[in-house]
Amino acid sequence: MHRRQFLAHAAALPLLWHGSRLYAAPDSGARLLVVFMRGAYDAASLLVPAGSDFYYESRPTIAIARPGSGPDAARPLADGWALHPALADSLLPYYQRGELAFVPFAGTADLSRSHFETQNSIERGDPGDGARADLRSGFLNRLAGELAQGRHAPAAFTQDVPQIFRGRVGVPNIDLGRGPAAGLTGDRARALAAMYQGTDLARPVEEGLDIAGRARDALARELSEANGKAVPVQRLAREAQRIARFMRDRYNLGFVDVGGWDTHVAQGAANGALARNLAQLGRALAAYAQAMGPAWRDTTVVVISEFGRTFRENGNKGTDHGHGSVYWVLGGGVRGGRIAGRQVAVGRDTLFQDRDYPVLNDYRGVFAGLFGRLYGLRTASLQRIFPGVRPLDLQLV
Amino acid sequence: MSATLLRALLLGLLLSACAVARGAGAPPLWAQVDRVTWGVTPAELQRARQMGWQAYLDAQLHPDPAAPLPPDVQQRIDALSISREDESAVYWDQLARARQIRQLPQDEQVEARREVRRVAGRRAAETAQRSAWRALYSPSQLQELMTWFWMNHFSVYAGKGYIGTVLPSYEDEAIRPHALGRFRDLLGATVRAPAMLIYLDNVRNASGKRNENYARELLELHTLGVDGGYTQHDVQELARVLTGLGIRPDARAPRVPRALRGQLVQDGLFRFDPSRHDRGDKTLLGRHIAGGGLDEVDRVLDLLARHPATARHISRKLAQYFVADRPDEALVRRLSATYLKTDGDIAEVLRALFSSPQFAASLKARKFKDPTQYVYSALRLAYAQGPAVRNPQAVTGLLGRLGQAPNRRVTPDGYPTAQSDWSGSGQMTARFDVAQRIAAMPAPFYREGGPDKDGAPRPRLPAPLPLAHAYGAQPGPFQALSPATRHALAEAGNVRQANAYLLASPEFMRR
Repeated sequence: MHRRQFLAHAAALPLLWHGSRLYAAPDSGARLLVVFMRGAYDAASLLVPAGSDFYYESRPTIAIARPGSGPDAARPLADGWALHPALADSLLPYYQRGELAFVPFAGTADLSRSHFETQNSIERGDPGDGARADLRSGFLNRLAGELAQGRHAPAAFTQDVPQIFRGRVGVPNIDLGRGPAAGLTGDRARALAAMYQGTDLARPVEEGLDIAGRARDALARELSEANGKAVPVQRLAREAQRIARFMRDRYNLGFVDVGGWDTHVAQGAANGALARNLAQLGRALAAYAQAMGPAWRDTTVVVISEFGRTFRENGNKGTDHGHGSVYWVLGGGVRGGRIAGRQVAVGRDTLFQDRDYPVLNDYRGVFAGLFGRLYGLRTASLQRIFPGVRPLDLQLV
Repeated sequence: MSATLLRALLLGLLLSACAVARGAGAPPLWAQVDRVTWGVTPAELQRARQMGWQAYLDAQLHPDPAAPLPPDVQQRIDALSISREDESAVYWDQLARARQIRQLPQDEQVEARREVRRVAGRRAAETAQRSAWRALYSPSQLQELMTWFWMNHFSVYAGKGYIGTVLPSYEDEAIRPHALGRFRDLLGATVRAPAMLIYLDNVRNASGKRNENYARELLELHTLGVDGGYTQHDVQELARVLTGLGIRPDARAPRVPRALRGQLVQDGLFRFDPSRHDRGDKTLLGRHIAGGGLDEVDRVLDLLARHPATARHISRKLAQYFVADRPDEALVRRLSATYLKTDGDIAEVLRALFSSPQFAASLKARKFKDPTQYVYSALRLAYAQGPAVRNPQAVTGLLGRLGQAPNRRVTPDGYPTAQSDWSGSGQMTARFDVAQRIAAMPAPFYREGGPDKDGAPRPRLPAPLPLAHAYGAQPGPFQALSPATRHALAEAGNVRQANAYLLASPEFMRR
């Protein structure tokens, strides 16, 4: 709800997780966190098609300079692709270690170019091509439903349960960023818990108070650590660490969203608004990876966005709503260090509608392929999660 | 002994006698009132007691349309821009400005577009504020409750397009006047409502360029229900019937071929454009629908509104809202029979519901509140004594905090209302936070809107009274608090904290 209003002003605000979910995790097995960049981030600034002259022609003021051209230059990856320099310290090492892959030309067939409609359609797992799938639930909820009892422990790290997690399986939401945690401690927490003891609501109340208490303890610890080192921990990274604690200890299927990507105006290049946001998200993901500890081996993080942005710079030194995006796949078991999925050379003749990246790797196919590998799910299960899907096995894990 | 106390005791005796007369199994009046309103208060209970349950219920089922709000609340509603603006003019102005934006230099377009959208956002927010005020203070409580119910049944998402702009009339003209009337009238009003036509894309549904979105939801969500026995073919045929229903883009007359002009219908922003209508014959649910104009829609709505599947779907949904998340099938059958017998008279279906043994039983079991019921009932009780809330944004903010921001459900199925949807760990702790805010932090509810009014004098709020004793010696909802809740209240350091515990208690989570 606030999310939509948030989008309108997102560019001006600091980057915050504004939604997430977690599931209780067993001791071993795959842990999956889906991160939704709401607002449609400019993928061509993140994964720079540095080999394409057309890219530099199309973006006179916001292109990221070719690798080797100075400190602000993109960092070379593979196949003519390069990484935004804002991620050089945080995520580039993961790529170099082979724990990070990018999937360009990823997205949905949905062409509404509306933030909310496309987010909604993706969260439901709708094909987006007009053949409506009549899906009310979210695809991560259906995934949880396909995993055997005890194998799934889902949770959303969001203010309320997002569409992607709505459905038959009960999914708790854990609001890390704000809210009641501060006041629900000590005597108050004890009094509230006592009132609910023995009632049918005892379990969620206990869980909620427990989470609020942990969040407070973690905050206190972070503050003391931060003071000790005199390094202010950024809020997004701090929340990523909290999510990691939950994903390490109790949940194994999580969702979080982060806003601030709708860069119609003055998005900047190597520096600027978008660079700052990318740097924050990169540091947060790196903090998440570190906080997972040994469980990082079994962890996969998929970062998605509703659509890409126009390939050409607009008149406001920004970009408008486009089509194909670039997904990030990060994890201890990820077969990374490469650019995965179907690709075409980036040029005027390969743009979709002469304006956007095309979608060559349908998000449903990519997720279905990943789910098949992570969980050993068979066709029937994958079809229940994404009706009519053709799984695309990119051998990501 | 004071005269007041004596009177209270005598009244108590009298009431106990009444309770005996009503039979030992009769549900307590406070529980009945609690269920048919946005929350029982001492004053509401007193009113029901004076009238007697049956008369009170009659009045709630057939409210006086002129029943006044408290004058200060009415004044504040009158001062809202939605009370003063002409909706069609505002909408047309937005469209005109949106067209002009394309002529602006590119760097001004984004801000200009935001400016136009802001109008829709403001009107949506004011609509939500108006409904919060009415929920808290209207004497026609059941009508307000049912207005929410139907707004949720015929849910639209205020953030899409300029729906916010046309939301005030959607609630006030399409829904509220029919909330206790005939379902057919309610359905007919939503089919002509700009908010619905925009939300489910019927503005794009034209002969040769069909859009089935609205047709599908009309069958699945609004009338027959998902198991109502219709086919994909029925959806397609209904979509054909609905071609041509749309919105007037400006005040000018449309260009319609001479032969079809007689079929053109315009009413406010609504337009039936016969040149966009598929005039062929259709078959819906096995019935032949002879091709025509807007009269096709009327015939089809008659068919749908009187369909047994619709009776069952609506009856079940009402029973879920008022009786139990999984209602007894016998009750649903009985309500369906009443629905069909009375040609979809909502008040009569509700009367049958409220007089059913299942309803009486559910008053003993109590029903978990959804977020809106929780927030409104807490505010009604906590602020029953003082002046009316002046800043309804603080109220709608709490609804958003708990996940039921008014008219913000993105999908057309409306918000769920069952306990399983709203009793997760995050929800419970959020409710504890809301309880604390309502009980212990009243200032935001009395802050005047607008940055320029920061210096406005705040009303003097009465010192908080212990809410657990709000009903004095009379029968009320807090007579049977559990020992654990009593203990928490007793241990609270002050009245505000005790009130926060009461609003956070398991007892107050139910109605």
